[in-house]
Amino acid sequence: MQPNPQLNKNGELQHLLSVEGLPREVIERILDTAESFIGVTEREVKTVPLLRGKSVFNLFFESSTRTRTTFEIAAKRLSADVINLNIGVSSQTKGESLLDTVANLSAMQADIFVVRHGSSGAPYLIARHVKPHEHVVNAGDGRHAHPTQGLLDLYTLRHYKKDFTQLTVAIVGDVLHSRVARSLIHGLNILGTPEVRVIGPQTLIPPGVEALGVQVFRNMREGLKGADAVVMLRLQNERMRGALLPSAQEFFKTYGLTAEKLAGAKPDVIVMHPGPMNRGVEIDSTVADGPHSVILPQVTFGIAVRMAVMSMVAGASA
Amino acid sequence: MSPLPDAEQLCVQLADVIRPTLTPKTAMIGLYTGGVWLAERLHALLGIGEPLGTMDIAFYRDDYHQQGLARDPKRTKIPFSIEGRDVLLIDDVLYTGRTVRAAMNELFDYGRPERIALAVLAERGGRQLPICAQFCGARIEVPAGARLRLRRGHDGGLSFQLEHAT
Amino acid sequence: MTLLITNARLIDPASGRDAQGDVFIAKGRIAALDADARAAKAAQTLDASGLVVAPGLIDLAARLREPGEEYKATLESEMDAAVAGGVTSLACPPDTDPPLDEPGLVEMLRRRARALARARLYPVGALTVKLQGETLTEMSELADSGCVAFSQANVALLDTQMLWRALQYAGSFGFSVWLRPLEPWLMRGVAHDGEVATRLGLAGIPSFAETIALGTILEIVRATGTRVHLCRLSTAGAVAMVRAAKRERLPVSCDVGVHHLHLCDVDLGYFDALCRLDPPLRAQRDRDALSEGLADGTIDCLCSDHTPVDDDAKHQPFAEAAPGATGLELLLPLTLRWGVMKKRSLLQTLARITSDPARILGVQSGRLEVGAPGDIVVFDPDAPVRITAAGLKSQGKNTPFLGYELPGRVRATVVAGKVVYEQE
Repeated sequence: MQPNPQLNKNGELQHLLSVEGLPREVIERILDTAESFIGVTEREVKTVPLLRGKSVFNLFFESSTRTRTTFEIAAKRLSADVINLNIGVSSQTKGESLLDTVANLSAMQADIFVVRHGSSGAPYLIARHVKPHEHVVNAGDGRHAHPTQGLLDLYTLRHYKKDFTQLTVAIVGDVLHSRVARSLIHGLNILGTPEVRVIGPQTLIPPGVEALGVQVFRNMREGLKGADAVVMLRLQNERMRGALLPSAQEFFKTYGLTAEKLAGAKPDVIVMHPGPMNRGVEIDSTVADGPHSVILPQVTFGIAVRMAVMSMVAGASA
Repeated sequence: MSPLPDAEQLCVQLADVIRPTLTPKTAMIGLYTGGVWLAERLHALLGIGEPLGTMDIAFYRDDYHQQGLARDPKRTKIPFSIEGRDVLLIDDVLYTGRTVRAAMNELFDYGRPERIALAVLAERGGRQLPICAQFCGARIEVPAGARLRLRRGHDGGLSFQLEHAT
Repeated sequence: MTLLITNARLIDPASGRDAQGDVFIAKGRIAALDADARAAKAAQTLDASGLVVAPGLIDLAARLREPGEEYKATLESEMDAAVAGGVTSLACPPDTDPPLDEPGLVEMLRRRARALARARLYPVGALTVKLQGETLTEMSELADSGCVAFSQANVALLDTQMLWRALQYAGSFGFSVWLRPLEPWLMRGVAHDGEVATRLGLAGIPSFAETIALGTILEIVRATGTRVHLCRLSTAGAVAMVRAAKRERLPVSCDVGVHHLHLCDVDLGYFDALCRLDPPLRAQRDRDALSEGLADGTIDCLCSDHTPVDDDAKHQPFAEAAPGATGLELLLPLTLRWGVMKKRSLLQTLARITSDPARILGVQSGRLEVGAPGDIVVFDPDAPVRITAAGLKSQGKNTPFLGYELPGRVRATVVAGKVVYEQE
């Protein structure tokens, strides 16, 4: 069996590929470091010289302006040079293999590859083939993981709720296809969250998900009872009508978050969403814009978390 | 080797030397971790009106490429504007001068001070940069390979400690 | 050309023999055993002291990549791999390019194999033209040109009525049909649908993709009486269904790929594309059921399912990697390892890769008796083989067992009385 590719032999984080397999201390260190970076983002001069002279290559095989932008901002705040590559339109269509693409970029003196890919496991393949001083940060691979999103969700929960060991967290929606859900579930379990729930119809909850350490609920009101935090997952357009769901309207009726459904949760419940939101499908506008929503702060936290991750991996000894 | 001086006593002496130089524009910033302990003591002794600032230089160190990111970065909190200030930078021990260099770089990312003065409880030889302290408690000879640190006991009392490299 | 193999531990599952002895081969056939063998005058003698002599291994599924996919492997390299692995007879599935649906292609392939004079080649013909499931192939013609059975390889037959007709037709001539139970719509995943696939975020293939298709096949066998050999079972459910079908005396047999006997979905680890196989590696309980089934005879034999894939095709994200593992040189070691783990005797273990597949194939090989073809494997069951890319003769280096040391070093392989492989 292969060793955990994320940690080097000194136990330092050299790649961030998945929240799964990260020791608790590493996660806590990422969150603590992110907190320091929040201070930086709040002052006039928003940059620190940590990654000056380093090159961060955003390798996006799946396009995403939003995630790419936050990584770009985070890298620039660390004074790194940022190069954006939307591979979908260029060499991949010409048939260049994934590893050839990476090798070509490596020849251009890359330090960090931020990779988003449609196939689960692609960043692992890349991490096995990069040079010792190169680092891979997974910005989302297939359905498997979106570790920086998972970490910023953990940061958000820690910020508002402090103690994971007392929390009930409910994750609602298309868990089957969600890398965000998987990463968050792993993180919550590593930090000792006693109750993690997933809520959705059987078509959107993968088999054996209980083995990840969650309880499955089909009924949303049941699942939200007593929740400290509700995380709404995005429903992709192509999944809204077909073999998995009949329509967006019926999804909203049964699993969309409204003030009424939220009433059974704790009075100080917080509402999270990785974005971008489909208003009226996963979540009602009044809730999205309401007092429980922490959706916008999540974005700020996301930049600090990504700064923390990049400065930690780039600092790991080769 | 002569015994290490009494840190508490040196604190009081240092405060006495700094007091005449205070102005309405003075603000104090302590550098983690020993410098913050010292700054808390001095801030109280000197009765400075402006709240105490605390600074972690983790993101400005010049040895990031060799050592990586510091293990346990604290959060820099500067609860006042730097513009036009007389900043009193406080650290426990002045050695190579690199910590102070990083602190000054970080300080300038918060604003433009009128002047910066450095106060340290002890300085040892071994400066690697052209940095000096305006106020210094004592000059202490430290054998090669050893580290001089400030310790804070359970009762809050400050003392010097010599750590030998293993 | 006469050959004498002496001082051997002769193991012949067909007759139940496991004892010291000698074999004398003349005119390509086993001419004498033991005392009679020692008395004969041989041109060449092989001293097999301390070694096992068994019938040459018979592998029911090995892809040789010819015709059509020579960039992946060639007949030469794969035949070299076969005899290095002790395999003296092998059946190749019809999924070549073009598929084996024309007598001319089959004849050419057999001629090429004969000219190489390594292992014996038994082509399995396509059941439908181009494997597309619309038109029956000329099975009678194909049988005349050398096809031993008919199959759809890994291509699912969408039209159930077509499957029924094809079995009716094949059965009319007493032909065997070799089928993988494949439900086409449920097969659209890349890993076993379970906890591991959920954790890794891989599209899953549920177990019932195999059992639903198997149920369909068994019903049609009941209706037609056609002999069917079920290829590459992977689920506990399928093993149970075959056990019941055999009790009912349906004319079915089945095999399992040797990698599936040892590995399960947990071995995917961090998306190891070398574990991307078709059928997928399933759960531990499925692997255990396959092992049980092989031990009690529900599963008739083991095959390598040899599928050489070039490195580039494996250096891809898991879902995009080409499925398959190289297997000819791992058949013997992995079978022996299973035997040791299951505490089976060498006699019982070797049956699954000699006499049992011989029965399915309907050939005379696979036994050490006077008159049988002179196909022999000489091996040391205790000497380890280190599986390395450089050491493998196959052009496919794709196996999850790279770097492993496995028991069972082949010392020599004999086909039709000729030594076609000898360990350097």
